Amino acid sequence: MADFFQPVFWTLFISLGTLGGIFWMVYLLVSGRKVKLQPGETAKSTGHEWDGIEELNNPLPNWWVWMFYLTIVFALGYLVLYPGLGVAKGVLGWSSAGNHELEVQEAKAKYDPLYKKYASMPIAELAKNEAALRTGNRFFVNNCAVCHGSDARGNRGFPNLTDNDWLYGGKPEQIKTTILNGRNGNMPAWLPVIGADGVRNVASYVLSLSGREAPAEEIAAGKKIFETTCAGCHGMDAKGNQALGAPNLTDTIWLYGGNRKTVEQTIAHGRKGKMPAHKDRLGEDKVHILAAYVYSLSHRQQ
Amino acid sequence: MSQHIATEEYNYKVVRQFAIMTVIWGIVGMSLGVLIASQLAWPAMNFDTPWLSFGRLRPLHTNAVIFAFGGSALFATSYYVVQRTCYTSLFSPRLASFTFWGWQAVILAAVITLPMGYTSSKEYAELEWPIDLLIGVVWVSYAVVFFGTIAKRKVKHIYVANWFYGGFIITIAVLHIFNNMALPVGPLKAYSMYSGVQDAMIQWWYGHNAVGFFLTAGFLGMMYYFIPKQANRPVYSYRLSVVHFWALSFTYIWAGPHHLHYTALPDWTQSLGMVMSLILLAPSWGGMINGIMTLSGAWEKLREDPILKFLIVAVSFYGMSTFEGPMMAIKTVNALSHFTDWTIGHVHSGALGWVAFISIGSLYYLIPRLYNREIYSTRLIETHFWIATIGVVLYITSMWISGVMQGLMWRAVNDDGTLTYSFVESVQASHPFYVIRFMGGVFFVTGMCIMAYNIWKTVKGATPATAQVPVPAAH
Repeated sequence: MADFFQPVFWTLFISLGTLGGIFWMVYLLVSGRKVKLQPGETAKSTGHEWDGIEELNNPLPNWWVWMFYLTIVFALGYLVLYPGLGVAKGVLGWSSAGNHELEVQEAKAKYDPLYKKYASMPIAELAKNEAALRTGNRFFVNNCAVCHGSDARGNRGFPNLTDNDWLYGGKPEQIKTTILNGRNGNMPAWLPVIGADGVRNVASYVLSLSGREAPAEEIAAGKKIFETTCAGCHGMDAKGNQALGAPNLTDTIWLYGGNRKTVEQTIAHGRKGKMPAHKDRLGEDKVHILAAYVYSLSHRQQ
Repeated sequence: MSQHIATEEYNYKVVRQFAIMTVIWGIVGMSLGVLIASQLAWPAMNFDTPWLSFGRLRPLHTNAVIFAFGGSALFATSYYVVQRTCYTSLFSPRLASFTFWGWQAVILAAVITLPMGYTSSKEYAELEWPIDLLIGVVWVSYAVVFFGTIAKRKVKHIYVANWFYGGFIITIAVLHIFNNMALPVGPLKAYSMYSGVQDAMIQWWYGHNAVGFFLTAGFLGMMYYFIPKQANRPVYSYRLSVVHFWALSFTYIWAGPHHLHYTALPDWTQSLGMVMSLILLAPSWGGMINGIMTLSGAWEKLREDPILKFLIVAVSFYGMSTFEGPMMAIKTVNALSHFTDWTIGHVHSGALGWVAFISIGSLYYLIPRLYNREIYSTRLIETHFWIATIGVVLYITSMWISGVMQGLMWRAVNDDGTLTYSFVESVQASHPFYVIRFMGGVFFVTGMCIMAYNIWKTVKGATPATAQVPVPAAH
């Protein structure tokens, strides 16, 4: 609605409501204080009675009235100093956006030199720096742990970062790229293409790759489909392709679960993995430190 | 004493119905609170069942304690008080009866739809649009009955309790209607008429005044009748009641933005919400002073009368939480307290210490008079009082400690500029306090069960009381 009126109107409207109300309360207090008891006089009934209840004519307690005035003085002072009455900015020129900007600048001035220093060191070397790892750990628990877990061992759909199995590569720069720009994993849904039998056969073949038992004829039929349909991403040897984020299917590490039902579900309906980009959120220097921490998780010195 | 007008009798039937349901809904609503408190301490307590999960039962808990327990208490006492202090029976007994059955239907609908997951997602206004419409109809009927009774009063002046009840009824009607304006897209789904920060502002304008008018003004009405009656003392200051009534009614309406500090809400709105919340301290304490000082000259009654203990401790908790509220509305304090358990502790010192205590005290006064019986056991009231007090204290102190601790943990920063604690570390640190809070809740519900037993023994086999409307003394 503000678009249809001049700000002046709204400022007057708001000021009138606010100040009018406050001054009305002052009037209530002033008029309420006219009732006073003479020294030594005790309060009497106002003379009214309802169901046996009467009311005394005690005056407003002094301390209470002064407390009331004090809050009103505070309120008026605050409204002079800070934005409150419509478009009036307040004498201090304070704004929450400005205040936030100020705090960000202060923090940058204080901490950025440290992050810059770390950012100039190679990730593999930084991964041996205890102080940098402590910093990286705090970044991790406050930004990454919600999906990957406080111990970085992952969760269903979110990879374990402490092993040597990598979807998009475990080299320092690859990890940094993943954190900076994020990743979009995309396993298409194959049920409409290969049918329910096809799904079952491919699942049998895939399970057999990591040494699981399955009917031989299903494995054979599944292998045929795999080589024409799945190998494009996962490779003829099913060992995956880090350029595409296609996982290795011959090991016993499963992102969404390795029981037959889950594997069939993955093949039939596909999966969408989403690692969000952190470039804008954290900035490159912090991501560099974070990458060193993640790298260290699978490269612990014994 | 007083002569009787030929045949006019007070309508106690609807008062009795609401009074009994207050106890029942109190036990239901508070037990739900204990269950979800246990889920925060031991998540397995949701038994992996969607309709037992925290997200669905939490709104049912709040709706049950505010609108079912608190609402029934307000209906019962307002219908009783307005009749007794206007020297007339209720206007339109049939409409009054409709408000009882209509309100119970609303609660029943809440008990069914909320666990099923139907919600508008507006806090304390979760019920979907068909139920909102029913609430609207019941509430307007309530207003007609209440103000109709005021209109046919036999005395010139309107007693202060009725100002508060009346203010509460009118304001809740306005708040309910405007906050729930929505476009229905299905039998149990509607979309709010407002969007973005305006929706948030309307919601908290409603939300804080659900506290200010439903949980405060209405219960102040209760206080202004039952404390003078139980203490058998005149109200301390008529002048104070005038000033604090108008100041409270004016100021509360502005306080909502303090729920939206440091959000997209414009700075000027946040400032106004904050300063009005601070001003609210004095009008609130006006009520506390009038309640407590009514007892002056009769303090010794507090020693042996457990009903008076409930009523006076209620007013003390009222004073405490209305001090705490303005402090938490100050932006720099809010920066620490917002989103922490401190807020939960604050709400419960008001909801348990003030709202529940004043209702319980009033019901102990009311129910024997509605059935023409002495209370079965005064000692059980005393027991109830102490168990409930222990419950409240355990609840609010544990939430204060965990709330301040959470606030401090979330803002702690290391030398390298990183946060000292992750969120989950603050959750882990809160666990012992969640256990203590759960125990506080168990104490409080146990007290309510003692009350139910005491009331049951009192009213069992009793014939409902009738009372003739007396002629008022000349004013």
